[in-house]
Amino acid sequence: MDSLLEIVRRPWPWWIVGPLVGLVPAALLLLGNRMFGVSSNLRHACAILAPRSAAFFDYDWRGSAWNLAFAGGILAGGFVGGVLLAGAEPVVLVPPELFSWSSLATPQGLIVLVGGGFLVGFGTAWAGGCTSGHGLTGIADLQLPSLLALVAFFVGGIVTTWWIVPLLLPGGGS
Amino acid sequence: MTTARRTGLLAYFVVGLVFGTVLTKGEIVSWFRINEMFRFAGHHMFGVFALAIPVAIVSVQWLKRSHTRTLEGEPVRLEPKTMGSGIRYAAGGALFGAGWALTGACPGPLFALVGAGAGGGVMLVAIAAALLGTWTYGVLRPRLPH
Repeated sequence: MDSLLEIVRRPWPWWIVGPLVGLVPAALLLLGNRMFGVSSNLRHACAILAPRSAAFFDYDWRGSAWNLAFAGGILAGGFVGGVLLAGAEPVVLVPPELFSWSSLATPQGLIVLVGGGFLVGFGTAWAGGCTSGHGLTGIADLQLPSLLALVAFFVGGIVTTWWIVPLLLPGGGS
Repeated sequence: MTTARRTGLLAYFVVGLVFGTVLTKGEIVSWFRINEMFRFAGHHMFGVFALAIPVAIVSVQWLKRSHTRTLEGEPVRLEPKTMGSGIRYAAGGALFGAGWALTGACPGPLFALVGAGAGGGVMLVAIAAALLGTWTYGVLRPRLPH
């Protein structure tokens, strides 16, 4: 018999992960009427670092300290899931040829890390949310704008994956 | 204002901790899983969404309709979103989708990947670039359609 710890250290199946992720919006509402949305933290960080640079960042971010604590928890959870509970055969999470400090010296690495990161920050701010804020919270609240945003996420992602990623990673990474 | 006690930051940290652990062990933070999803080459991420979305709808709608109160004693309430022209959702959403396909990470997984030490910590560069992207939006916001 495998011990419980051995089972937990294996990759978790989608039918365990899906329901757990789906409960997060309700958990944050129950704790204090908080809207689950991770990308807001990028705006809060800008409000901390450069509050006077634009009207968009000129507000009291302390009202959203809960969300920064939540993001800190996600980071700690990455350590728990990726390091403390790592299995005997570690799961490779990113293609090493694109995701390393030395890859930053290559056009491909710059496009993926800096270009991709920039688009995540710019796009989520313009759309007013990301996979959590629109894809889960907004959809759970039956908001039509969030459905439009979720469809647009997939249009942008599919186009990029089929026509741009193959140029950057000829092996497809898989 | 309510006199009920405010939920402490530690509670939100703990929910984030559980969420981050689930994202990582569930491989939602994996570049390969996101690539596979956008290529329709595997069912893992679609299985996650197919269960997460109905669970989120049922749990949130139940909280709203049963007049459940939060731990702080207030009625459960969500701010509605305004459609406007819809351009912000279509264009901003598509740009984010492109970034999601390139980095293999949406904002939650970006933080989890730093904690997991992926790429020797190079995901910090992606977060810094995301901050620059959000800041650029904030500066250009008055000139962008919404």
